Amino acid sequence: MRIVLRIVLAVALPAVLFTVWWLATAGSTNFYLPPLREILRIFPDVWTGERLRTDVLPSLLRLAGGYTLAVVAGIALGVLVGGNRTVRAVLEPVLEFFRAIPPPVLVPVIMLFAGIGDTMKVVVIAAGCVWPILLNTVEGVRAVDSVLADTCRSYRITGPARLRHLVLRGASPQIAAGMRQALSIGIILMVISEMFAASNGLGFAIVQFQRGFAIPDMWSGILLLGLIGLVLSLLFRLVESRALAWYHGLRRVQRGS
Amino acid sequence: MLLEVRGLRKVYQGKERQVEAIRDLTFGVDAGDLVCLVGPSGCGKTTLLKCVAGLLNPTSGDVLLDGRRVSGPPPGMAVVFQEYGRSLFPWMSVRDNVELPLRQKKLPRARRRSMVDDALSSVGLGDTHDAYPWQLSGGMQQRVAIARAVAYQPNVLLMDEPFAAVDAQTRADLEDLIRDLWHKLGVTILFVTHDIDEAVYLGQRVIVLSSSPTVVREDVDIDLPDARDQLHTRAGNRFTELRTHIYAQIQAAKRESTPGSTDAARDTHLAKQVLQ
Repeated sequence: MRIVLRIVLAVALPAVLFTVWWLATAGSTNFYLPPLREILRIFPDVWTGERLRTDVLPSLLRLAGGYTLAVVAGIALGVLVGGNRTVRAVLEPVLEFFRAIPPPVLVPVIMLFAGIGDTMKVVVIAAGCVWPILLNTVEGVRAVDSVLADTCRSYRITGPARLRHLVLRGASPQIAAGMRQALSIGIILMVISEMFAASNGLGFAIVQFQRGFAIPDMWSGILLLGLIGLVLSLLFRLVESRALAWYHGLRRVQRGS
Repeated sequence: MLLEVRGLRKVYQGKERQVEAIRDLTFGVDAGDLVCLVGPSGCGKTTLLKCVAGLLNPTSGDVLLDGRRVSGPPPGMAVVFQEYGRSLFPWMSVRDNVELPLRQKKLPRARRRSMVDDALSSVGLGDTHDAYPWQLSGGMQQRVAIARAVAYQPNVLLMDEPFAAVDAQTRADLEDLIRDLWHKLGVTILFVTHDIDEAVYLGQRVIVLSSSPTVVREDVDIDLPDARDQLHTRAGNRFTELRTHIYAQIQAAKRESTPGSTDAARDTHLAKQVLQ
C-alpha cells in the first residue's frame, strides 16, 4: 500500500505537467511551439532505428568515458590531497579556483589541444565532472574518524588494506555525493561539447533540427535528454542505495536515538 | 616484566602555550597481570594509554614491551577504545570487523573463520555475525570490540575506559566478562578507568594517578580473593576499605594538584583539542 502511494506521489506532478503542456499546446498553431501530441507522435520515428546508433549511442559512450575518467582521477587525486596536509595546503586554493570556472568555457580551450573529435568531448566531460568528485573525496578522506584511524594503526592495518577498508569506505558517502553532482554536470557537458563541433551526437542532432526548422524533432530531442537524465539518476540512486546501505542504516539509527 | 613505562613525559605543544599532560610516570606490568589505572578526570589517562599503545610519541621517557622500545603500534598488542561506536567499522558486518585484523596477519581463511567464531562466542555473541555493529546495543558493540581484540590473540590488551559509555547493568556484565576472559586467555591487561569501584573490582593492582601533570601517586595491591562476583565481592569489608582508601587518594590528588596546574582538567581538554 505504501509503495503504491509513493509511486502515485512520484508520478503525480510529472503527469500534471504533461497534461498542462498537452492541453496548452493542443490547438497551437505557433510554429515554434508544436502540440505535444505532435512531438510524441514523431518521437519514436526520430529516435529509434538509425539515429539511436549514430547519435544517442555515441553521446552515451562519450558520457560514460568522460565520467569514468573523472571518477577515477577525482578519487585518486582526492585521496592523495585529503590524506596529506602539506599537499592539501598547496593545492586547495588552486583547486577552488579551477572549480569556480564554469566548465563550458573549457570547450574552446580544450578544442585547441584535443581537436574536435571524441577525445575532446571525453576530456571536456571529464574536466567538468572531476571537481565535485575531487573536492568531495578530499572532504570525505579528511573526515575519516580518528578513533577508527587509531584502531587501524593499533591493529597494524596499513598501506593498501588501510586505503581499501578505512579511507575509501569511510569517504564513500561523500564520494557518492560528488559523483551524483558530477553526473548532471556530465550530461550538460555532453550536450554542450556536441553543440560546438561535432558530426553526431544528441547535442549535434538537436542543433541540426533547430537549424533545419524541424521544430517538433528538436523538442523531442530535448524530451529525450530529460529522460536520459532521469534514467541515469534513478540508476545512480539504485546503485548508491545498495552500496551505501550501511550508511543510510547508520544515519537512521543516529537520528532515532 | 612484560610492560615497562619509564619516566614517561608528554607535553602537548599548542600555538601559544604548552600543556604538560604527563610529568613523570614509571611503573611496570608483569606478564599475565590485570592492572587498573585510575585517576581524577582529566589526568591524562588516555594520553598515557596512547603512548603505551604506540599511537602517540612521548616527549621523553620510554615504553618497553618485552624489553623492546615501543615506537609505533607493536605487534601483539590490542586496544579497546571507549567509543565503541567509532572504533568498529560501520560498513562491515560484525564478522568482518573481527576478521579484518586477522586478514592482516595473513592467516588462512578457514583458520580465521574458526577464530572469529570462537572469539564471538567467548564474549557471548554467538548469532550476530551478519549484523552491522550499529544494529546492536552499546554493550553488544563493545563486546564486538572485545571479541576483535581477543581474536587477535594479543600478549597485552589495553582498555581505555571501555565501559564508560554503557549503562550500569551492562557494565557489571562486561566487567565479569573481562575477568573471565583474563582467566581463560592468560592475557596481560592494562585497564584505564575513572571508576574507582570498577578498578578495585577488576584489578590485581590499582595504580592511582595524580592530577595533571600526572605522576604515580600510589600503587595499591588488591588483596581480594581471585574469584570475584558482583554481589559478594562488592559487599565485602576489604573491598570497601580498598575503595575508600583509593577514593581518599584521588580526592587528595584533586585538592593538592601539582603546583601550577590548578586548571589541569581544562588543560588536558585543551591539549586534546590541540592534538586534533
